[in-house]
Amino acid sequence: MKADPRGVLTGTHFMDGDHSCCEGALAAGCRFAAGYPITPSTEVVERISGRLPEMGGMFLQMEDELASSIAIQGAAWAGAKTLTVTSGPGFSLMMEHIGLAAMTETPCVYVDVQRGGPSTGLPTMPAQQDMMQAKWGSHGDYGIIAVCPNSPQECFDLTILAFNLAEQYRVPALVMMDEVVGHMIERVVIPEADRIEVVPRRYTQKKPGEYLPFRPGHDLVPDIVKAGDGYRLHVTGLTHDERGYPAMNVPAQEKLVRRLVDKIRLNAEKICRTEESGLDDAEVVVVSYGITSRIAQRSIELARARGVKVGSLRLLVAWPFPEHRIKALAGRVKAFVVPELNFGQMALEVERVAAGRSRTVCVGHAGGSVHDPKTIADAIVEAAR
Amino acid sequence: MSEAATATVPAAAPVRPANKVEPFLRMDRMPTVWCPGCGIGTVVNGLAQALERCKLDLDKVAIVSGIGCTGRVAGYVRLDSFHTTHGRPIPFATGLKLANPELKVIVVSGDGDLTAIGGNHFIHAARRNIDMTVICVNNHTYGMTGGQVTPTTPPPAIASTTPYGAYEDPFNLQFLADACGAVYCARWTVAHVRQLAKAIEEALQKRGFSFVEAISPCPTLYARRNRLGEGVDALKYYEEKSVVKHGAPTREVGIGFQSEIAVGKFVDRERATLIEAMNERYSKAARGYVPYPTGHKPRK
Repeated sequence: MKADPRGVLTGTHFMDGDHSCCEGALAAGCRFAAGYPITPSTEVVERISGRLPEMGGMFLQMEDELASSIAIQGAAWAGAKTLTVTSGPGFSLMMEHIGLAAMTETPCVYVDVQRGGPSTGLPTMPAQQDMMQAKWGSHGDYGIIAVCPNSPQECFDLTILAFNLAEQYRVPALVMMDEVVGHMIERVVIPEADRIEVVPRRYTQKKPGEYLPFRPGHDLVPDIVKAGDGYRLHVTGLTHDERGYPAMNVPAQEKLVRRLVDKIRLNAEKICRTEESGLDDAEVVVVSYGITSRIAQRSIELARARGVKVGSLRLLVAWPFPEHRIKALAGRVKAFVVPELNFGQMALEVERVAAGRSRTVCVGHAGGSVHDPKTIADAIVEAAR
Repeated sequence: MSEAATATVPAAAPVRPANKVEPFLRMDRMPTVWCPGCGIGTVVNGLAQALERCKLDLDKVAIVSGIGCTGRVAGYVRLDSFHTTHGRPIPFATGLKLANPELKVIVVSGDGDLTAIGGNHFIHAARRNIDMTVICVNNHTYGMTGGQVTPTTPPPAIASTTPYGAYEDPFNLQFLADACGAVYCARWTVAHVRQLAKAIEEALQKRGFSFVEAISPCPTLYARRNRLGEGVDALKYYEEKSVVKHGAPTREVGIGFQSEIAVGKFVDRERATLIEAMNERYSKAARGYVPYPTGHKPRK
């Protein structure tokens, strides 16, 4: 399906990542957004509060992130494509409802413009410290999708991808930005609406009485309905059967939770997006994402100048983790170098999948700034020895 | 083959129901989890009667609950029904209503859910005057978790977490809702079956945030711990100690331990709803604005 032209600000713009994320959401068809102000994400809701009324949509500033993160789910069940936006402390508050969305298979998008933590930390400075929280932050076991843009252009492109994947797999999809990407201003090209592919909600073709709201299709994802269409559906955060009725027993738990995990895990290769270069003869592979991938680019140039054969594997989608790509390289390369603005989160995934067949070197950073490219370059050279 | 694999969701009401509330219920989920003597079923009955009298298209009515005994209401009512997280049915309902203003949205939840963990959402929804009806079953306790003290437990009632008796001043929910701007505030007990149904009916017909409080017994966890007898003893107490005080100032209708219970309709007023206020503002400030939810402003 092509994008609704009302939401598409076609043209070449000079805008920051937060604004570009907002435009991506609107192009993807978002027509309801809820949010609560928090640096460095506020520009997204500021822009969307002005833009949504122009296209028949609505923004509501809620009383807190708990409210925002569930208001969008109510709106989703009324048929809207929905978004909320936050940063670290607010992301922590939203965990409750990321779990609800996972359990009730509610398509919706959460944006986290990461800042330094823990706690209030560094409100105006970058970090990538919420990556594991994105995967595991809500209690219980579930699958999730998270994208990691590294430029304002990608804030547009990957926000659309997040909306599309949320619809396709009926999951909360997370846009894991960071303060630098959110606030950097660059060229953003927004194409014509008929050049933007949008995944529509997968509404059932079945009639009330025939339809089971949580019976999955071949891809393990059930088709959906919305409130007001006569299906009289029941949706609960309790463990439920295919009717949506509470079923608090071991077989129902096994069936449901296994499917919630598997629908992402088994579709991972379809969901994953990576950008790869120089891998063919690489001795060392830099695995990076978000703003750090931009710094790593310079580090790779520095290391190549010092004679190291170094390749790059960039995660556009961090969750599900592209295990198949790391597996293909592990054993072939001496080491994976993983720079990130934390002390080892995605590096743990690389290390887990590499399983000792190649060394994993985390180049950690406490956040508040980006890496010095030389630090990562030194780690690359050291890893190649 | 499992039960889940063969069953279907019954969407159409039976032609000749045995009981006139049955079309409103998911009979395939009976019996409920509620204890003998609990008042929640009476509230559901009142809601069913009110819905019938309002002649609403039930396909366009959605019910949202939080967590707890009353939180289970959503699961037993044959409407589009959402059993959400603890304290959050109101913000969920807010999104549901705003994304499809055609829906009639009803929140049914308990005093702990709506006024402790969900207290912030309650006051802001009333302030915004979002168009929804909130029914609070107030049994002064957390039943599902075993009878702990809530913001409405009257001192010195014994609760499992106030073994020496409650000592905090409780919320007067009518005063709270009134102060925050609710356009309709009423309280009845579950002994007032007809009045309760009538109040829900009136609340459903209001534009804006309407609030009905149903005082209800918890024989298992509140009455027994406080040696107040069975469910029927609670009904006797409600009959003896309830005083109809329509229009009474809400600050004067707080409830003490086994005290008089002021019942009636305390607030009934008109105020612009959230969507009306938004449309009015945008129509003034944004040229060419087409009121929500029907249209959009054409881009220049």
